[in-house]
Amino acid sequence: MSKLTPVLSANWDEADSFTIAGYKRNGGYTALTKALAMAPDEVIQLVKDSGLRGRGGAGFPTGSKWGFIPQGDNKEHYFVVNADESEPGTCKDTPMMMANPHVLIEGVIIGSYAIRANYAFIYIRGEVTHVVRRVQQAIEDAYAAGLLGKNILGKGFDLELVLHVGAGAYICGEETALLDSLEGFRGQPRLRPPFPAIAGLYAKPTVVNNVESVASVPAIVNKGVAWFTAMGTEKSKGFTLYSLSGHVNNPGQFEAPLGITLRELLEISGGVRSGHKLKFWTPGGSSTPIFTDEHLDVPLDYESVAAAGSMLGTKALQIFDETTCVVRAVLRWTEFYKHESCGKCTPCREGTWWLVQVLKDLEAGRGSEADLDKLLDLCDNIMGRSFCALADGAASPIISSLKYFRQEYLDHLTAGECPFDPMAATLFSSAGVK
Amino acid sequence: MSIQELGTEQEVAVEMITCVIDGFEITVPKGTLVIRAAEKLGIQIPRFCDHPLLEPAGACRQCLVDIEINGRAFPKPQASCTIPVEKGMIVKTQLTSPVADKAQKGIMELLLINHPLDCPVCDKGGECPLQNQAMSAGHSESRFEGVKRTFEKPIAISSQVLLDRERCVLCARCTRFSEQIAGDPFITLNERGALQQVGIYEDEPFDSYYSGNTVQICPVGALTGTSYRFRARPFDLVSTNSACEHCASGCSMRTDVRRGKTLRRLAGDDADVNEEWNCDKGRWAFKYEVAKNRITVPMIRDAAGQLQEASWPEALAAAATGLKNTSAGVLVGGRVTVEDAYGYSKFARVALGTNNIDFRARRHSGEELDFFAAAALTATYKDIDKADQVVLINFEPEDESPIIFLRIYKQVYKRAIKVISIAPYASRGSEKLKAKLIKSAAGNEIAAISSLSGLSSKSVVLVGERLVETEGGLSAVAKLVEQSGAKLGWVPRRAGECGAIAAGATPNLLPGNRLVTDAPARVDIATAWGTPSLPTEVGMSTDEMINSDLQALLIGGIDPMDIAPDAKIKLAKKFVVSLEIRQSDITDIAAVVLPVAAVVEKSGSFIDWQGNTRSFESAVSQSLNRSDVRILSMLADEIGRSIKLTTVKAARAEFDSIGNWDGPKIAMKSSPAKAVNAVADGEGILSSWRNLLDKGSLQDGEDNLAGTARKSVVVISGSRANKLGVKESDLVRVSNNYGAITLPCVIADIEDSSIWLPRNSLSSQLIRNLGVVSNSVVKVAKA
Repeated sequence: MSKLTPVLSANWDEADSFTIAGYKRNGGYTALTKALAMAPDEVIQLVKDSGLRGRGGAGFPTGSKWGFIPQGDNKEHYFVVNADESEPGTCKDTPMMMANPHVLIEGVIIGSYAIRANYAFIYIRGEVTHVVRRVQQAIEDAYAAGLLGKNILGKGFDLELVLHVGAGAYICGEETALLDSLEGFRGQPRLRPPFPAIAGLYAKPTVVNNVESVASVPAIVNKGVAWFTAMGTEKSKGFTLYSLSGHVNNPGQFEAPLGITLRELLEISGGVRSGHKLKFWTPGGSSTPIFTDEHLDVPLDYESVAAAGSMLGTKALQIFDETTCVVRAVLRWTEFYKHESCGKCTPCREGTWWLVQVLKDLEAGRGSEADLDKLLDLCDNIMGRSFCALADGAASPIISSLKYFRQEYLDHLTAGECPFDPMAATLFSSAGVK
Repeated sequence: MSIQELGTEQEVAVEMITCVIDGFEITVPKGTLVIRAAEKLGIQIPRFCDHPLLEPAGACRQCLVDIEINGRAFPKPQASCTIPVEKGMIVKTQLTSPVADKAQKGIMELLLINHPLDCPVCDKGGECPLQNQAMSAGHSESRFEGVKRTFEKPIAISSQVLLDRERCVLCARCTRFSEQIAGDPFITLNERGALQQVGIYEDEPFDSYYSGNTVQICPVGALTGTSYRFRARPFDLVSTNSACEHCASGCSMRTDVRRGKTLRRLAGDDADVNEEWNCDKGRWAFKYEVAKNRITVPMIRDAAGQLQEASWPEALAAAATGLKNTSAGVLVGGRVTVEDAYGYSKFARVALGTNNIDFRARRHSGEELDFFAAAALTATYKDIDKADQVVLINFEPEDESPIIFLRIYKQVYKRAIKVISIAPYASRGSEKLKAKLIKSAAGNEIAAISSLSGLSSKSVVLVGERLVETEGGLSAVAKLVEQSGAKLGWVPRRAGECGAIAAGATPNLLPGNRLVTDAPARVDIATAWGTPSLPTEVGMSTDEMINSDLQALLIGGIDPMDIAPDAKIKLAKKFVVSLEIRQSDITDIAAVVLPVAAVVEKSGSFIDWQGNTRSFESAVSQSLNRSDVRILSMLADEIGRSIKLTTVKAARAEFDSIGNWDGPKIAMKSSPAKAVNAVADGEGILSSWRNLLDKGSLQDGEDNLAGTARKSVVVISGSRANKLGVKESDLVRVSNNYGAITLPCVIADIEDSSIWLPRNSLSSQLIRNLGVVSNSVVKVAKA
């Protein structure tokens, strides 16, 4: 277990980790006192120096994002937390908010102070009602403790924090769609420029950060840049949450420095489910191109994963063993993207509609090898042609699965049906019970 | 911002940017979008959602091109409709980039997978951007073998507009138009993914005066007009550029005719006037020309009092006999073309030897005649584009000149300019303009006008014809404009009024704004007309003629019920020659009826509120182009005093040759204000205007159009409602000695002393029902 560096998750197993008392007992809200004693620009510089990169998928440097907010512009600034965690496989923010909501709130206050925002919003996925309740309670407790509202800790800084519950749309995890939704409109991505830093929520300068990014800030403030940069790789600094799910013996969140490999994470998590071997996996959720067992030693940082042909994304490692039909798995993901396409642009809206139909046929063993080429060409017409990245995410698993498992697609066609027993892949099948 | 708009802002120095598109250098104003810069080179990038007058959406992705800037290439093709040109930009369209070409073909294939192949029965087939661009930028065969998305079709989003959702490519042009241009966001995109669809809020239809534009800009056959659906194939239609006859906005139009019958009218393109828009009345009100009561042959009233069909020579002889050697006058009406108005004007002076001529078939005054002679009307649409503020005085642009409304709304939307409205209450239109309301009871506008301050030479003051209903109002406006330097526009409701003034169809003016009382001015005209002399006295106004003992009247297209309740009875006592297109209250009493052409059957021109000439040709090729002026010319010959205007062209040429009076203008006389009406409990001061869609005779037979007319209501204040013990929608009775109207009430921010009714709507035709239209005390009670 030596590789693990629990920070956000350090106290998750304490019975009251989610309460303000539990959080404070473990040093909670001391970073806030420190930050409020600094000048806001110093806080931004600190986060810039730490090299913290956005944990929501794109990996954009958090400090730079804060630095883009024009200061002295006499406009209201807004700090928005993207807690609309909805991607298949991605499950880091939800447990974190469940077990340690106050670290997020502390990060929000520090971030808002840094960018000089007096209003902050947490846009949370609507389906996770239990988390909504817990975060709401945490916010109320923070208000009661004088950590939110007027004159926080007597330092003259005011912040109102609003929890906004989404209505169940994956697209609202896209930051501009999130802002539309937050404003009360139907969530669809906005044209950029202008970027949110210039015209975001209500057309005012706005920072939109992922939950984990924001929650990482208090530790950086408390323990310093050197401590943070000592972890991770050259361009991917610090610790992060890796979420292992699927055919793995001990699924869950594992907090480790960036650059750890799947091989190491599997060792920590008890390995691929017993009696089976790794077939393919996603490094960062369903929208990232899949990897196979040849990628076990790829360091899981932004650069290395990209160099190996995928994306670190949300570090949602979905593990599939040899019982899994890759065509079926890809079809399921594609159905998700078809269901979640917002409809704004043609390639995503029409493309996902078509992809599902092609994949359904292939999975049922209908079609010919030419259909695989058609499928790839179709992906080429969708990938990089859409308004936002959702369609890229839809095409990625298809393209990568054909790259690594073309023969498996052909086997379907030869057999005239799916050669796999879907029961064998389920965790409740006898083969899967450990 | 489109090139067009940049072009209109000429005084602003615009930075120019040079870039390269498909190997050609092009220099365009900064801010120009790549797709439009390419157009300037003649390179057509296919597109659906892009529209030069709407904000970019980037939704359809059809216009993808490869772009590099200063050697750095975008990693993927970019939507050329969302990216402005930059220095050092190199653009490769489908013509030079295989990637862009494949991207476009790919998008086209995707657009078509869920689009039904029903072009043979689709209204858009033959003029469809999707059809055309599928041919130019698509594959000949689809690779899609799956199941198409289907919807129930069509659904009515209003009585005028039908939606076939499965044809929709979700470009959001219609929804963006409604929000950004019309300010009526009553349609929106609902649902998501391939099930995304245009929709209305439950039970709230697409109730916009401008809804027809969405049908016109729909790049597929998803939105169709109820009246036109399945009526024609575009390739069977013959199109003629025309001008709209419905109001003084001056819209350029296109009239589409098949075998002599108008099937459709569309908004024409004119960047300086209507841009590419028009209102639903202009688009969908044209069946009046084929009404069952059209008159096609001359008629003479026989001894038994019955109109009998007659030959032209008989009818002209009868009319001439009745008109000559007697006291006579001319009522022109407000809908004539300039050429026809000029014909009436010359006919009155030359053939009848009188200045008894008036085009005003509405409330009018002597003060107004002074205003016509004296006021410098200089405001234009471009002035609105640049205005720091716009003042509306007794003028509801959305109802009374809808394109002016769009133009003001554009600046409110883009620049949040200040709009001030002097009106009895905040209409829906003025709420959309976020107008600051100076609440004024009818008759009390002068106090409001005097209270205006802060106007500059960049301000625009727009006055409606209804200000004539308040004595002293026009004088107050003249004073305001003189003191502030603001630009003034006078906006009549009817299309022919500005032209009628220019043509001298008024008792005080000769053609070209020459005073009848001014000898040098008379000489100009007498010379042009080759007559020894012209009448020198100011003639009678419409009211004066009706109430006078004149023996004979020549009457153009007027409705006596627009003037006074007893006008018809009084006119019936005179010898009336009626020039009409349909049977009317005037033909009912006329001794001689001479049929004339409707607008689509003749050529001519209108003068819009800006003073611009809006010419049009006959759209119906089989017509005789029997414009009023030709008939007047024959009639003058018959009388023995020729006016020699045998064709519309001749009238036009002669009118143009006369030109405008370049001598000094008279100063406007100051008319004293009349005391404001006092009201007792249970009384109110009546105010009203005409809704855009109402009982106007040019809207006859257009049931689908009437479906979106606003409901007739009586508007009362909250305190009046309390006193009457009524709540919203309860019936309220408005009455006077003449008659009564009972309608549901709307409680609004209206002066407590006032009530408002639509002037000529269903169940609320004020002259017919109350004998008055405004500025008059009526009784108000709970019904």
